[in-house]
Amino acid sequence: MEQLIKPEIDDDNKEFSEPVLKIQNLFKSFGDNHVLIDFNLELKKGESVVVLGKSGSGKSVMIKCVVGLLQPDKGSVIMFGKNIPELDDEELDRIRAKVGFLFQGNALYDSMTVRENLEFPMRRTWIQFSQEEVKKRVVDTLEDVGLAHTIDMMPAELSGGMRKRIALARTLILRPEIILYDEPTTGLDPITGKEIIELMNEIQKKYNTSSLIISHDMKCVQTASDRVVVLIDGRCYAMGTYEELTKNKDPKVKEFFE
Amino acid sequence: MLTTSTYKKVLHQLNGSFLNEVGGLSHFTARFFKQGFKPRYEVAEFVRQCFVIGYKSLPLIGLTSFILGLVLTMQLRPSMVSYGVESQLPAIVGIAVIREIGPVITALIFAGKIGSSIGAELGSMKVTEQIDAMEVSGTNPFKYLVVTRVLAATLMLPILVLLGDSISLFGSWIGINIRGATSFQLYWTQVFDNLAFTDVLPAFFKSFFFGFAVGIIGCFKGYNSSKGTEGVGISANSAVVVSSIVIFILDLLAVQVTDALGLN
Ligand SMILES: Nc1ncnc2c1ncn2[C@@H]1O[C@H](COP(=O)(O)OP(=O)(O)OP(=O)(O)O)[C@@H](O)[C@H]1O
Ligand SMILES: [Mg+2]
Repeated sequence: MEQLIKPEIDDDNKEFSEPVLKIQNLFKSFGDNHVLIDFNLELKKGESVVVLGKSGSGKSVMIKCVVGLLQPDKGSVIMFGKNIPELDDEELDRIRAKVGFLFQGNALYDSMTVRENLEFPMRRTWIQFSQEEVKKRVVDTLEDVGLAHTIDMMPAELSGGMRKRIALARTLILRPEIILYDEPTTGLDPITGKEIIELMNEIQKKYNTSSLIISHDMKCVQTASDRVVVLIDGRCYAMGTYEELTKNKDPKVKEFFE
Repeated sequence: MLTTSTYKKVLHQLNGSFLNEVGGLSHFTARFFKQGFKPRYEVAEFVRQCFVIGYKSLPLIGLTSFILGLVLTMQLRPSMVSYGVESQLPAIVGIAVIREIGPVITALIFAGKIGSSIGAELGSMKVTEQIDAMEVSGTNPFKYLVVTRVLAATLMLPILVLLGDSISLFGSWIGINIRGATSFQLYWTQVFDNLAFTDVLPAFFKSFFFGFAVGIIGCFKGYNSSKGTEGVGISANSAVVVSSIVIFILDLLAVQVTDALGLN
């Protein structure tokens, strides 16, 4: 089940071809609160896209529509050729096994040890793993995030940065092809935040994943993005590389880059 | 007489809280019956929950049942003596405990212990997005968390009631022996001679409903917990309050049913 070796790509001149995720005309409201109004986004294989937006602009809502945790009012989310809002539970589980989701608040199961937290997705997914595979994969993934020694600890015994790493390890455990990060550096000190970003980049290289990253941390945007999408007023307001957007004259976009 | 406007106002207030609550709970219960009996079955988690739920409440129920039997006997004794029917003490206590006090007190303790812990546990899982995390990990959280807990509570409470009843009666035997002496064997003979099938069975049946109520209300409150740590506290608290009230309402219904069936 291990991922293939990453194809040779010149880092400064990445070429992305097929989109693995395509969000088209997405609408979502809660009562009178129109959160997403015609939102569009495309994520290509091996690419990192950062979605930038103010608090409450609907970033988490958007990313939850992508994995089917929220049902959009209108629009489509095409992932691996399937439209997520239309899938039944079984099909959804098959797609979800290929998608990692790092929650804003980590969402570690606090009644389980770190080991059990990492084992949970492996035991529950439709893919069958042997006992040895599960054991080995858990240890390997913990080593990837540099926390092999915490395997028998409870989440409550860990620091915020460590918890984020464990959550990242759990996200990685099924070797997803797409990883969705919901504010991976929020609530961490700048140094720990930087470490997490480095880790994300390493993972991207090692497992050749595509990443959709939600953030308002400019350090994260600068170092982790191939492309940036600015979410304002429920839609994709501006788009481009970090460098392009820093030169953008629109006051609403400029706000972010000051 | 209620005027239409006050009637409307009252109805509106009811609509805001009570009816909403009832509607939400009915919907949740319907979902339980719709999803609970379809695969995949979470057998391992169900067994674990049975153990957790039963084992957790056992010491508390044991202690309260024992005290209840003992105190009830000591309180009844003077009146029984004054009527000269002291020898009927085991029979009276047996009927009171088995038909009514045992199931209701055990269910209330169960609501306090298990209802609140389910409410708080699921509430905090909801608030910290652990339920969402389960869902994206190929698990139906409703089946994994709710169905297992509700079934475990439904199954465990009748067992706890039976255990609690026995402990209460044991306490009562000790109460009798504080003044006067009755052998253990004689005491049990006296209890069982006066007990009919119709005393035990309805009481046993209603404890299934009590258990189900505690489980489903605890899960409902937790699963619909509002955001923030405050929401978790409110969930746990209202799980206990609502399930305690529902236990009494069910008790009232049960007595009507047994009465109508001629089992009283
Ligand atoms: N389940 C829900 N029910 C009702 N309203 C919701 C729900 N989830 C989100 N909202 C509303 O949608 C809006 C966007 O919320 P969202 O969590 O997506 O913001 P965000 O961009 O992720 O912000 P932050 O950076 O603070 O995480 C908010 O106004 C919020 O109140
Ligand atoms: Mg958010």
